[in-house]
Formats: sequence, C-alpha cells, structure tokens
Amino acid sequence: MTAKYAHAIRRAAWLGLALLLGQSPCPAAATPQTQPATKTEFLVLQDPVGKRGGRIVLSLRAEPKTLNPMIAADAPSREVIGAMQADLIHINRSTQLTEPALAKSCKISKDGLEYAVELRRGVQFSDGHAMDADDVLFTFRVYLDESIHAPQRDLLIVDGKPIEARKVDAYHLVFRVAKPYGAGDRLFDGLAILPRHKLEKTYAEGKLAQSGALSVSPAEWAGLGPFRLKEYVAGQRIVLERNPFYWKTDSKGTRLPYLDEIVFLFVPSADAQVLRFESGETDIVTRLGAENFSVLSRQAHGFTMTDAGAGLEYNFLFFNLNEPSAKSSAESLRRQAWFREVKFRQAISAAVDRAAIVRLVYQGKGAALWGPVTPGNKRWANTEIKHPARSLERARELLREAGFTWKGDAGGEQILVDPHANPVEFSILTSASNADRTKMATLIADDLKQLGIRAQVVPLEFRSLLDRVNQTKEYDACVLGLASFDADPNSDINVWISSGGSHFWNPSEAHPATAWEAEIDKLMEQQLVAKSFAERKKSYDRVQQILDENQPFIFLATPDILVGAKDNIGNFQPTVLEPYALWNVETLFLRNAAESGGK
Amino acid sequence: MKIASRKRHALVLFLIFLHGVVIAGGFVAPYDPIQQEREKPYAPPTAIHFFDAQGRFHLRPFVFSQRVKEGSFDQYEDDTAVRVPVKFFVSGAPYRLFGFLPARLHLFGAKEGTIHLLGTDGYGRDLFSRILYGGQISLLAGLLAASVSLLIGTIVGGAAGYWGGWTDSIAMRAAELCLALPWLYLLFGVRAFLPLLVSPVKAFLIVVIAIGALGWARPARLVRGVALSAKERDFVRVARGFGASNAYILRRHIFPQTKSVVLTQAAILVPQFILAEVTLSFLGLGIPEPAPSWGNLLSSLQQYSVLSSYWWMYLPAAAMVPFFLGYLALASALQEGSRAAKIDL
Repeated sequence: MTAKYAHAIRRAAWLGLALLLGQSPCPAAATPQTQPATKTEFLVLQDPVGKRGGRIVLSLRAEPKTLNPMIAADAPSREVIGAMQADLIHINRSTQLTEPALAKSCKISKDGLEYAVELRRGVQFSDGHAMDADDVLFTFRVYLDESIHAPQRDLLIVDGKPIEARKVDAYHLVFRVAKPYGAGDRLFDGLAILPRHKLEKTYAEGKLAQSGALSVSPAEWAGLGPFRLKEYVAGQRIVLERNPFYWKTDSKGTRLPYLDEIVFLFVPSADAQVLRFESGETDIVTRLGAENFSVLSRQAHGFTMTDAGAGLEYNFLFFNLNEPSAKSSAESLRRQAWFREVKFRQAISAAVDRAAIVRLVYQGKGAALWGPVTPGNKRWANTEIKHPARSLERARELLREAGFTWKGDAGGEQILVDPHANPVEFSILTSASNADRTKMATLIADDLKQLGIRAQVVPLEFRSLLDRVNQTKEYDACVLGLASFDADPNSDINVWISSGGSHFWNPSEAHPATAWEAEIDKLMEQQLVAKSFAERKKSYDRVQQILDENQPFIFLATPDILVGAKDNIGNFQPTVLEPYALWNVETLFLRNAAESGGK
Repeated sequence: MKIASRKRHALVLFLIFLHGVVIAGGFVAPYDPIQQEREKPYAPPTAIHFFDAQGRFHLRPFVFSQRVKEGSFDQYEDDTAVRVPVKFFVSGAPYRLFGFLPARLHLFGAKEGTIHLLGTDGYGRDLFSRILYGGQISLLAGLLAASVSLLIGTIVGGAAGYWGGWTDSIAMRAAELCLALPWLYLLFGVRAFLPLLVSPVKAFLIVVIAIGALGWARPARLVRGVALSAKERDFVRVARGFGASNAYILRRHIFPQTKSVVLTQAAILVPQFILAEVTLSFLGLGIPEPAPSWGNLLSSLQQYSVLSSYWWMYLPAAAMVPFFLGYLALASALQEGSRAAKIDL
C-alpha cells in the first residue's frame, strides 16, 4: 500500500460511521425548520409528541472509563457521552442518512474540497454559554492535536494532511480537505463540539487529555447534548439531568428532551442486567442474548421485547495464517501447513452447520452468514456470493483433493490424516466470557468430528485470547466476532487490508503475504476514493468474492439486535446501529410521567 | 458394635451398587453422551406412560414423540397420536462396557423415537446418558485423586511423625503451605501455561494430579499424629530393641496403626475431591467439552437463562447427593467403629 493512502485508510478504519450513501449530498438546509419567535434556531423534530418529566434507568455492563469525548473508546463511555454531546452533522441511526445537527447546513464545493458549514444560531452549552464558530475551531484544533491522542484524529487527516478549518464569521466556517473524500459530510458525525470557555485553559496547560474523569464536578464540563452530568457514584451509578438549553424541540414547540433524568447503573454481567430489568429496577435493556431475550419474552408483563432485526455483528472462525516463526514447534508448523491450504479452509466451511448455529445459539433470532455483510446491511451485500447448505460430501471431496485421506483408528472410527499420515487435530480458541461463541465452537467441533477431525474447544479469558492471536501468535484456530459501527465497508477496513491491526488471521503484515490479500488491499484503496457508490460497490463486491474464495474467515452467523423496554416509554425505536436504544434519547418520554420511572 | 458393622456393610453395599450403575453406564444409558440431536435442544424429560390418549391401558410402557411447538425454540408438545413403546435390552449406540468390552446392548431404548429420561441439554444431548458417563469421569477422578493424596499423605505424615526433628518440621511446614495456598487461583495460573491442545485423557490426569497433589496435607497431619504416638508404644520400643530396621517398624507397626485414620480419611476425601473436580470443571479448568463430567454438566447453570428456564439441568447435582451421603455416612460409621475398637482395647 502506498503511504499516500495510509492516513486515509486509518482514518476510515477508525470512523466506523463513514459513508453509507457513497456520494451523499449534503443535507439540504430546507430540512431544519427554524423558529423565528425565539433567537435560538431550534431543530424541530417530527417524532410523535411526548410528555415532559420523569426519569429512565438503564444498566451498563461496566463503568464508563471517561466522559471526555476526545479519548473515549469503550462502549459504556460512548453510550453515556452520546447523551451528553452533539456534533455538527449527525447520522440518523434509523434512516442511516446524515442529518443537520449543530450545523444548519453544509455545502460541499464542486471540486469536493471545501465544506461550507453554517451553524445554528443561539445554541447554548449545557451551562448556558453561547456556542459559536470559535468553539468549532477550538474543537478541531484539539482533535487534531497529536498530544491528545484522540482516536478521531485519523478521521480528520485526508491524504496525509489535516483538515483545515477556517472561520468566516461567528456562524460560518469553511473546512478544506486535501483530496475529495467519498465519506463527505459523514466525517462530522461523532465529533463532539467542545466548550472552549471551559476547556481552553486546561488545554493550554496541556492537561486536556487527562481531564473528563468521572469524578469531575458537573460544573467543570459542558456539552451540547440533551443531557448533562448530575451525579456520579463510583461503582454504582451515573446520573444525567436534562439540559435546559438543548437546541431541539418537538413539533409542538416543547423544548427537548422530555425526560428529566437518565440513570445508568453499573451492573457486572449480562445476567445481572436481565435480573434488574425483570425486577423493574431498570426501564430499558439492550445487548441481550437470545436466551435471556426468550426468558424475558416469556414473562413479559409491563414491558415489551423487541427484535430489531439482524445487526451488523458477524461471527467467524479463522485459522492461524501467520508466517511460521523460528520458535514454532514441528507440530504447529505441520498444523499451519494444513491451515494455509485453501481447500482445507473451504472444506471446513462446507462442513459447518450454520443453520444449527442460528437455531441453537441464537434460538433462531439471527441469520447464517457467508460473508461479512449481514442482512442488516442491504446496500453492500454481494448477491453473487452463494449460500451453500452444509455438505459433508463436498467437504470430503475438497479434503481428498488437498491430499488428505482417512484411516480407521483403534476405536474403529475414521480419522482424517494429512499426506504425511498425521492425524488432523487442532484447538479452537473462544472467549470464556462469551457463552454464544463457546457454543458455536462446540457445535463446529462436533461438525468436524464427522469429518474425522478432532477439534478441541479452549475457552480462554478474552485478553489472553487476544494476546495469543495478535502477539504471540500461538494458536490454531479461533472464533471471534466483530460488530461494525456502520454499514459502510470503511468501518471494517482495518480488518481487510493486510497491514490492518484487526486483520486477525495474519495481523499487521509488512507486505501482503498472498496475492489475494494484495488484491484486497488495492480494492479497499480504490473504494476509499471512488466517486460513485456504484464504483465503490463494485470494488467491495470483489473483496467479498475474494473472501469467499479464500475463506480467511469462515463466516458463521449474526445475531439480531434484541432489546426490551417498559411499555410506558414512548418513541422507543431501537435500531441495529449503536447505540441501539438511546440514539433518540431526546425524544424518549414516559407515557405516565407523573408516577413512573425506575425506583 | 454389631450394629455399627452391619451399618458399615450396608453402606458399603449401597456404594457398590451406586458405583456399579455408573461403571455400567454405557449399558444403562440409552445414548452416546456426546451425540447431538440438534432438533431437540432443551427438551424436557420424556414422560413414561401406561395409558394412551384414549385412556386405554398398555402393559408395555410407552412415550409420546416430542415435537417443537410451531415458532418456538424450546417449547415442546407431545404428539399423542404417535405411541413409542419402551423396549428393553435394545441394540443402540456402540460403547465399551467397563471401558474395554465393545458392546451395543442398552438396558432400554426406543426404536421409533427417542427417550430422554432426564431431558436434553442445549445441544440436544441426552442428559441421563451424560450424567452416567459424567459420573464415570468424576468418580474416577475423585477416587484416583484420593488415592494419590492418601499415598503421599501417609508416607510424608508417617515419616514426619516417626523421625521427628527437622524431617517433621519440613514436612509439616510444607503441609501448612499447601493448606494455605489459594489453590483455585494457582490452578488458573497453571492452566495458562499448559498447551492449548490437551487430549481429554491428559486433561483428566492433570485434574487428578492437581487435586491429589494439593490435598495430601490434611491426611499427612493426621497420620503424623498417629505415628507420633505409635512410635512411643511398648511394642515399637521392643521391636527397636530387637534391632528391627526403621523400614520394618514403619511397615509392620506404624502404618497398620494408621489404618482406621486412613480409611476414614478416604471416605471423607473421595466426595471432597469429586466436589473439587466439579468445581474445576464448573469453572472450565477441568474436563473439557464435549466429554461430560458432573462439573461441566453443571457449568451451563452459570447462565441465568438456563437457571430459570430448564429445571432438569439441575439434575446432575441431584445425582451427586446419594454418593456424597453414602461416603460421608461411611466415614462416620468408620470413625465410630474405630472409636469402639479403641475402647475394646
């Protein structure tokens, strides 16, 4: 890969949320309706009108690590920050299209290099301080500062050059990129606009990257999101209160959000989350497994369980395709020789019973996969990819072609042996804390037993699993899952290009190890700068085809997004994109606001 | 005295019967414990009927064939139109009786359908068969580990008590160290260093050795106490006066004195070590799937959904109870017996 693209690729890799529409035009300024009666140019939402008041309680599986949007990377932090911050242009998680947010409009110049942004007037931070172009300039300066280590920084580097922000007047800015970038205005999603009046001093002192700890007093931070920090109790909960200065209203002119408070409880496990929801302590539960979903569905009273449909998570089995090192034992060298044989991988793929995985692991609430594009992502799937049913005959044929044979063992069972008469056996790593993937691996082991292969499932603690896959590279096979942030191929670029850190089968290659990996690198580059959706799609279709032919990942299945919420929560519309339930938190309301809310 | 010995005999017979059922598990169990019936996850225990849907009596017991309710994953209904008679001494999945005799004959089964006496697990594997096969592994692990730790404990404890001095100090400090170790965390650490691909037999041996090697401390301390008092007894002094060697005295006089302690310890340690295996497998450190053991059968109960939805998944725990009661009652009977024997002296 040329160095020229390295930045662009890294940046796209980080941006899970890059373009869904290819060349989406900037949202027209017509959509937002302004309210001339007040000074503030409110964004008026057309959702059903709700009632003011009340609180909802949710649980998080871990404590958020920070409230600082510049450094947050973990899911709990992102979930809380999502309710506290706002961006210029926002991707609607339901329609998956961009919408104007703090920017009233955004116009892209004909050459694709300049983005003219007009800010909403009269917007105030959660402490009442007005927001203007200087805050935006400050925000971009901070995000681009290397010493902050903002993960979003890579997003703002196009063709090796940082995006340039220029202030025209208090409400107009022009952003300039070095090269036309397909993602267009999607680039602004997720970049929280920071309060300059609060942070400039901290930034000048060089302490910004460390600030935003949960223990800060609510007065030290301010945001533009629907809620602001009220209280944090270590190990127990974080409470957000309504931001009285929020800049959206409903169609009747009521200032949003409707809710007075959101409480996030820290709960250690998925089961504990279910129990809290079941007992009525929490109002919404997300990221449910199928088994817990059906437990809750059976006893649903006062709450509704929703299957939002297939998400973007894909689970897969992969083999260790790393270059054997000098330290590798003869045994692991022998095993890796099998894994590098493409027919071997194809045979394993043919032998895996994906239908059984969907039925037994997801209780039917999921879909079998033959590629990384899940049914939740309709625009990017290559429809040419075949979905062959499980076939042991086909698997045997492929193995025979690759030189494998069968012989009877002492117990009279047929075992598979390689061309040097070694029995084929290997281990499959899974994360011990993920019951679903352990179950998948167990099913696969049983599928392979019917081919005469002995596969041993080894559940490991997740960190030591990643250590083996990425660092020591001492493993045979592994079952993992990835959840894309967005339906765009850019969100997974780090997985597919050979230099990517999540290129799990052979991570961070200096040079593509195989011709097909080199081709994927080239195609991913092409789609990154391609100008039309059709062009990008063509490149990504070919990537999917190469993946299908070479099976570096043996794709297994994707779970549905399963959530539950109490019946009295209005406007609850879970999506398949993160954050599944809270993306429209400002319009959530309680139907009987007076007496309800978690205790 | 007589009552106590009769009680002991009854208990021993009871335990022999229980172990016999487990040892002949291949014959008693209708199915292969790792065979997955993927259309039947979490099927509840099959009810055995004598009366059919029309209320007619049938001498030969039968079951109704189970089918999944439309649109459901784990809700089953009986198809009362299809009667599946229970057959005895049927030919079925191949197994090895007592671990070596190849056989196909099973105590019971059904030709046209399946009988899951205790239901199935999440993979549609027959729980009754898995409990029996799992018992073989868990009991064997318990017995072997108990033998290992008693052997080490007797030798170390006997030597420490007999020779005293620095031998005693070293042995007893080592024993205390073993008792004080947070062994569960130690085993977690050990597992991380083992190779990933461990054959089930190796994994089994590792479990046995780990439990046995860490469990010798308590019997060693008890045996030491007995040896300490025994070496001062008159007949031991006399034997030494006649020039008997240490080895001879230990073998002929000291170890026989420890017999009742060792037997009682054995009866206590076996259930304790079965439980240790259960703990290890429950936590994923023991016998790996798909081979069953009582511990990994119970490990699915770590999930709330299983805990709350499928009561039959608790049954492996219930299967352990008679074994534990048997062993512990035997231990107290032995203790009573040895006390009575001492009074007789």
